[in-house]
Amino acid sequence: MPLLDVDDLHTAFRTRFGTVRAVNGLSFSIEQDETVAIVGESGSGKSVMALSIMRLLRAANIEARGQVRFQGRNLLELPEREMRRLRGKDISMVFQEPMTSLNPVLTVKRQINETLMLHEGLSWNEATDRSIELLRIVGIPAPERRVRDYPHQLSGGMRQRVMIAIALACSPNLLIADEPTTALDVTIQAQVLELMWQLKKKFRSAVMLITHDLGVVAEVADRVIVMYAGRAVEMADVKNLFKNPRHHYTGGLLNAIPKLGSSLTEGPRQPLYEIPGNVPSLRQNIVGCAFAPRCAAATQVCREIGPTMDELAPRHFAACHHPLDAGLIKVRQ
Amino acid sequence: MNESTAPLLEVRRLKKHFALSSGFLTGTQQVVHAVDGIDLAIRRGEAIALVGESGCGKSTLGRSILGLTPVTSGEILLQGERIDNLSQSAMRDMRRRIQIVFQDPFSSLNPRMRVRNIIGEPLRNFKLVKGRKQLDQRVAELLELVHLPPDVLERFPHEFSGGQRQRLCIARALATHPDLIVFDEAVSALDVSVKAQVLNLLAELQARLGLAMLFISHDLAVVEHLADRVVVMYLGKIAEIGPRRSVFTHPTHPYTRALLSAVPIPDPQIRRERIILSGDTPSPINPAPGCRFKTRCPYAFDRCQREEPALLVQPTGQAVACHLVAEGRMPAAGRPPAEASLAR
Repeated sequence: MPLLDVDDLHTAFRTRFGTVRAVNGLSFSIEQDETVAIVGESGSGKSVMALSIMRLLRAANIEARGQVRFQGRNLLELPEREMRRLRGKDISMVFQEPMTSLNPVLTVKRQINETLMLHEGLSWNEATDRSIELLRIVGIPAPERRVRDYPHQLSGGMRQRVMIAIALACSPNLLIADEPTTALDVTIQAQVLELMWQLKKKFRSAVMLITHDLGVVAEVADRVIVMYAGRAVEMADVKNLFKNPRHHYTGGLLNAIPKLGSSLTEGPRQPLYEIPGNVPSLRQNIVGCAFAPRCAAATQVCREIGPTMDELAPRHFAACHHPLDAGLIKVRQ
Repeated sequence: MNESTAPLLEVRRLKKHFALSSGFLTGTQQVVHAVDGIDLAIRRGEAIALVGESGCGKSTLGRSILGLTPVTSGEILLQGERIDNLSQSAMRDMRRRIQIVFQDPFSSLNPRMRVRNIIGEPLRNFKLVKGRKQLDQRVAELLELVHLPPDVLERFPHEFSGGQRQRLCIARALATHPDLIVFDEAVSALDVSVKAQVLNLLAELQARLGLAMLFISHDLAVVEHLADRVVVMYLGKIAEIGPRRSVFTHPTHPYTRALLSAVPIPDPQIRRERIILSGDTPSPINPAPGCRFKTRCPYAFDRCQREEPALLVQPTGQAVACHLVAEGRMPAAGRPPAEASLAR
C-alpha cells in the first residue's frame, strides 16, 4: 500500500468572477521512502494540491473533492481533531518563504518546542534539549545560543534550516516541501538541498518536493510528476522523464530551460526553444487537452477529448493523444 | 581615444557606502560597503552581466549607473562625460540614454495606464514625437519590436500575462533609443516557458539594435545565454571578470567555481563534484581587511587575512582577484560543468 494515495482530487475556488479550478482531477501516489517532485509553472496547481492534502485551505468558497488516502485513511473526511494530530507529526511541511513562515515574535526555541510538546508530550526542558539537538542536526552552529534567537536574527538559509528542524521534529512519514530553496541564493540552496538529502536518509521519510526548478528535480527526485493547468500530464522515474519526455509540454519545458554549458559550443549561440502562448486561465472549463492550444502536435481530437493518463512504458505515464515517441522525435539535441 | 574604441560607459573606483545608525552606547559607526571600489567599462553594443548572490552589491551598482542613488566616491562616465555629479536638469537627458527594466513586471507598470500611455510616456517626456498620430505610430513600432500585436494600445496591464508585461517594460525602455539598458533580474520572476521567449527576444534585440545591455542576475545559466562578458561580484568587489567563454569554461576564482558548481543541472545522468561552501554570505557591514571571500574560501591562507587581492589578468582571458591564483598555486578546476554536459 502506498504511503499517500491521491485519487481524483479536485480543488475549486468559487469567486465573483467564476469558479477557478486550481486542481482538476489529479491522481498519484507516493511510496514509503520515496522522493517525488511535483513540477509545474505558476498556476499549475501544485501548491494548492499540497495545501488541500494538508487541509490547510479552509474557507466557505473552497471545495476539495476526491480522496487523499494517507496510511489508508482518507484525510479529506477526517475530523479536524484527528487532522490536527496528524499535521506536524505524520505529515509536515516546509514552505517557500522562510521570512514569513516563522512567527517573528517567538524565539526559535518556542517554535520548535511547540511541536515537540504537542505531539510527543515532552516537558518544556526535554523539548528544549531536543530542539538544540535538532538545530545541531540541521547544521546551525552554536545551537545552544541560537535557540534563544528570534527569526530576524537569523539569515535566510538559517531560517529555512529552522523550518526544516520543526518539520522533522517528530520524524514525519511524509515531508511536503513547497519550493523550499526558491528564496535562497544558489550556494545556500546547495547547502539546504544537501541537508534535506542527508536528513531524508536519516529519518527515512518520504518527501514530496514541489518546485519549478528542473535542475533541483534532477538532483534530488526519484520520481517526477509534471503538472499543467491543475492536472498531471506526465509521471515517470526521474531518469526516464529527462531522457525520454513523452508529453509535449515536458519536452518543451526541458528544451526551454537555459542550461549551464549548453551555449558554449562553437559558433553563434542558438536561440532557446520556445513554448508559444501562455498558461490557460483556470476560470474557463477546459475542454480537451489543456495544453492543446500551445502544442505543435495538437489535432482535432486533442481539442475535443481530454487525454487519459496512460502507461506508455513501464512506470512511465503521460496524458497525451500523440505522445512524443521515445526513439523517433528527439526533442532534445 | 576615438568614438569607436572609447567605452560607452565607464565606472572608475566606484564606491557606494550606506551609513547605518551608530551604536547606541559604543558610538561606533556602522557602514555597509555595498559597492567597494569597482572598475568597469561597457562597450557599445556589448552585453555584460553582473552576477553574485544577494547582498553582493550588484543591484546597487546598477542603480548607481542609472543615477538612482548618489555615489560615495569614484566616477561614472558616459561617452567620456561624468554623469555621477550632474544637476537635476542635466540628469534628465542622461536618463534618456540609460534605461532600466525591473524584475517584477507586475509592480513596474502603472495599473491605471493604458499601453499607449505606458509606452508613450517616455516619448512625450523627451519630446521625441509630435502629435497623437506620430505617437501611435511609434508605439506600434515598439510593440512590433517586442512581438506584441498592435491592437493592444487601449489595454491595461492587468490584461497581460507576466511575460507580456515584461515585453511592455522592454518596449518602454526602448522607446527613447537608449545607448544602454540595465536589466535588473528581468527574467527571474518569469516561468520557464515564458522565460525562454523573453531571453530570445533580448538576444534578438541586441543583435538588431546594437544596444549595450547590463544584466544583473543571480541565474548563471541565463547569463551564459545572454552575456558577452561576465562580472562575478562578491561583497562589493569584483572577484572575477572576463569573456563569457573564459569564465564559464575556466572558472578560476574559488568563488566563481563554487557558484557554478552550486547550480543544479537539469539532467539526472550528470553527477558532478559539488563544492559546497560552508556558512552564509558574510555581512557587508564594516568588512574586515584582506580578501572578502576568506571566511568561506576552502583555500584561504595567511596572506588572504592581511592583504586584499588585486585583479590580475590570467592566460585564459579573464581577470581574477585571488592570491592563490596570483601565486600560481590554484589547483586546476575539476571538469567544469560546460565540458561535462558537452561530453555526452
